[in-house]
Amino acid sequence: MFENFGFIAGATRHHHRPALADAPVVRIALIALTLIFLGMFLFIPLAAVFTEAFAKGASAYFAAISNSEARAAIRLTLTTASIAVPLNVAFGLAAAWLIARFDFRGKQLLVTLIDLPFSVSPVISGMLFVLLLGVRTPLGGWLADHGIRIIFAEPGIIIATVFVTFPIAARELIPVMQAGGRDEEEAALVLGARGFQMFRRVTLPNVRWGLMYGVVLCAARAMGEFGAVSVVSGHIRGATNTMPLYVEILYNDYQFSAAFAVASLLAMLAIVTLALKQAVGRRVASTIRAAAPAESIEQKAA
Amino acid sequence: MSIELRNIRKTFGDFVALDNINLDVAKGEMVALLGLSGSGKTTLLRIIAGLETPDAGSVRFQGADATSLSVRDRRIGFVFQHYALFRHMTVFENVAFGLRVRPRSTRPPESEIRSRVHELLRLVQLDFLADRLPSALSGGQRQRVALARTLAVEPRILLLDEPFGSLDARVRQELRQWLRRLHKQLGITCVFVTHDQEEALELADRVVVMNAGRIEQIGTPEEVYHRPANAFVASFLGNVNLFHGRIEDGRVFIADTCLEVGTANGGSPSSGKAMLYVRPHLLEIDRAPRGPRSFPATVRNINPAGPRVRVELTAEWGDPVNVDIDHESHRRLSLEPGARVFLHPKEDQVFIYQI
Amino acid sequence: MKGASRRVLPGFGLTLGFTIAYLSVIVLIPLSTIFFRSAALGPADFWAVISAPRTLAACRLSFMAAFAAAMINCVFGLAVAWTLVRYEFPMRGIVDAMVDLPFALPTSVAGITLTAIYASNGWIGRWFVLLGIKIAFAPLGIVAALTFVGLPFVVRTVQPVLEEIDLELEEAATTLGANRLQTFARVTLPTLMPAVLTGFTLAFARAIGEYGSVVFISGNLPMKTEVLPLLIMSKLEQFDYGGATAIGVLMLAISFVLLYGVNSIQKWSARRLAA
Repeated sequence: MFENFGFIAGATRHHHRPALADAPVVRIALIALTLIFLGMFLFIPLAAVFTEAFAKGASAYFAAISNSEARAAIRLTLTTASIAVPLNVAFGLAAAWLIARFDFRGKQLLVTLIDLPFSVSPVISGMLFVLLLGVRTPLGGWLADHGIRIIFAEPGIIIATVFVTFPIAARELIPVMQAGGRDEEEAALVLGARGFQMFRRVTLPNVRWGLMYGVVLCAARAMGEFGAVSVVSGHIRGATNTMPLYVEILYNDYQFSAAFAVASLLAMLAIVTLALKQAVGRRVASTIRAAAPAESIEQKAA
Repeated sequence: MSIELRNIRKTFGDFVALDNINLDVAKGEMVALLGLSGSGKTTLLRIIAGLETPDAGSVRFQGADATSLSVRDRRIGFVFQHYALFRHMTVFENVAFGLRVRPRSTRPPESEIRSRVHELLRLVQLDFLADRLPSALSGGQRQRVALARTLAVEPRILLLDEPFGSLDARVRQELRQWLRRLHKQLGITCVFVTHDQEEALELADRVVVMNAGRIEQIGTPEEVYHRPANAFVASFLGNVNLFHGRIEDGRVFIADTCLEVGTANGGSPSSGKAMLYVRPHLLEIDRAPRGPRSFPATVRNINPAGPRVRVELTAEWGDPVNVDIDHESHRRLSLEPGARVFLHPKEDQVFIYQI
Repeated sequence: MKGASRRVLPGFGLTLGFTIAYLSVIVLIPLSTIFFRSAALGPADFWAVISAPRTLAACRLSFMAAFAAAMINCVFGLAVAWTLVRYEFPMRGIVDAMVDLPFALPTSVAGITLTAIYASNGWIGRWFVLLGIKIAFAPLGIVAALTFVGLPFVVRTVQPVLEEIDLELEEAATTLGANRLQTFARVTLPTLMPAVLTGFTLAFARAIGEYGSVVFISGNLPMKTEVLPLLIMSKLEQFDYGGATAIGVLMLAISFVLLYGVNSIQKWSARRLAA
């Protein structure tokens, strides 16, 4: 009896290796364990966002996400992402080209430095910019005298987001560019292409999936960043709130369903991000795999 | 366009890839760089192309110094080992690439580009695949596209890196003959790298045998095969039997047998150790001794499956010997394993090198 | 006769310059600010902040909660990875995609949601209250939140290794008489260990610095449910920049040690598997 049940839930993915099939009891237990664990920490929370969001009914939901403060938060979130993403993607392309194609002293150090923002806590990330550009600092004071406010204003949010999302695109582009190998670019040069021609016509098309993946991840992170932005924003309603911050403000004001309503928008964004990640991620993986020295069709058939 | 290489040296860290290479390639000649991996042949090819810079030495094309010219300015054609076709472009776009990236002043109009590309594709017999992507092509087809792409920009020199390395034996044969016909037709100076000696001997006007960063011998295929300059070339090209022997007073001995095979190659004989190389098809088998150069051996194994018969024997002094005889001789001798026979090398066909 | 230093591919100078400049402006200069500021604090004041009871309590709680969460993620993450790679079940693809949810979801959204669920009247919390266990607004709530944020790490480091593993090794063990459990413990698990360790360390590092998911569920009671990032935020709100800086330096030091640890594990395992 267990054999049949095991086929539906728990058949192994290596159908041609019967010796390695785990006992059906083990399979079912592990699957159950997985689903319970992921249920507790992923599926239930995701469902809860939407349940709580609509707790006061649909009209309250739509009011919560379309009032002027909400719109300002949405606008700021999108603005921040539309600045942070191109900057960091441009950096990612430059760094990937540098690291994938050249050898030089200090390359390993450079790679480690690029990864730094990942190992810094978000609160500290925000604090760095308060310490550097806050009104009481020399640099910040000088800027304030000239009418430029960074901390507790939009520019501060943008620059903190740029810091936090700094390594994301580079980390995706470096392995893709490495996997592609230099042959095609050398061939382009031999055929007479100049540097930018080669980059535009040969390099970019070959890394396009890694590039797209980097853009998706960077944008998702830029729009979702909370800790760092919380520190530099000053929480001024309607002016320096991104969507994640606005969620916090509503929650602290005990406007729970409104908070969840805005949160649901972010949750939907997360789901879209996950879907894109799956779709594009598979292409990236196959790019890296396919870039092994080309087999001919005869060899593939053999 | 002729090529002159002088005193080329290249190291990668501690590894010496090329050590004092001197080579001349005449205009219109087809030259093979032959050697094992690590012999430096690909590095040398890339230095000619400008894809590597030598630590020392010079590269000249038709007398003009090219050492400091960039890859683009050298106007050479380079076919990569794995073709390096632009995988997101069709066959047509690949071949048109070199023409399309020309600066506006020298770029031909699109209609001319189109006709040139199709002409080249017809030359390599792939016009019907013009709209396919490289991934839809077989290895042999990709190779021909790579060649067409290179020829589109009318290079003065054609360089090929293991052009047929990753292809099946039959496809390789066909492409070899095809490349030879193409070379005759175009008359372009051509240097190719290979580890396949059959390919080098069949295609090249001259063969450059390389080993560990040095040139062992440069010569026509006939020269390097029949008159190898040293022990490496003798054992690298073709099959060969190797014996250790010694020279005393101008005569050559193996074990206690004096073989009277003449004087050592390369000049005045003296006393000392020597290596002897004899090709399997240049040894004759007889039932009885036939003169001063005969030595006894015992038959171990006979393999008659092939154009000739392969006989494996053990010489009197213990070394294994391989002999190729034709089927007629095999029938006449009626050999069987365990039989005692006598071998003698054909006149002047033993390579002797002092060590 | 040019030297060997000329590069064939273009753009070295350009990309090197841009990379270093951008890196300096966005990362290095801001990071160095914190060290200058803490230096300005003076060693005595620095030590006073670090060794204050509130700081030490926050440290202890941060480490223990992060450790507990990382351990949970190790055990369950391994199970999840195994299940996703080796078994077939309905909607496996969707479950696989969802593992990355903690990466994609903003931490404040996670924070308020986990609080709602694990509160005494929440969907899950109410069952634990019956057992007398309080999750939200207690240290366990922090562990729950940190488990959430660290969930993808072990799964995603183990999955590729599990997918690439040579099944012939397991088949060989079977022919030699081992049962599945023995094969797993003696053949498969050792191969997975470096990945598990890496995942653990990454989850741990992330958990120590986590703010958004924790700030709602913890209740922020100093000395009881306050972790290091919350302590920093609290000091910043009171404009105690010196204190915040000192703790920030402490946290950065911890992060760098962990980063070094991850790199060492990867280097060690690469050498081990190559030999």
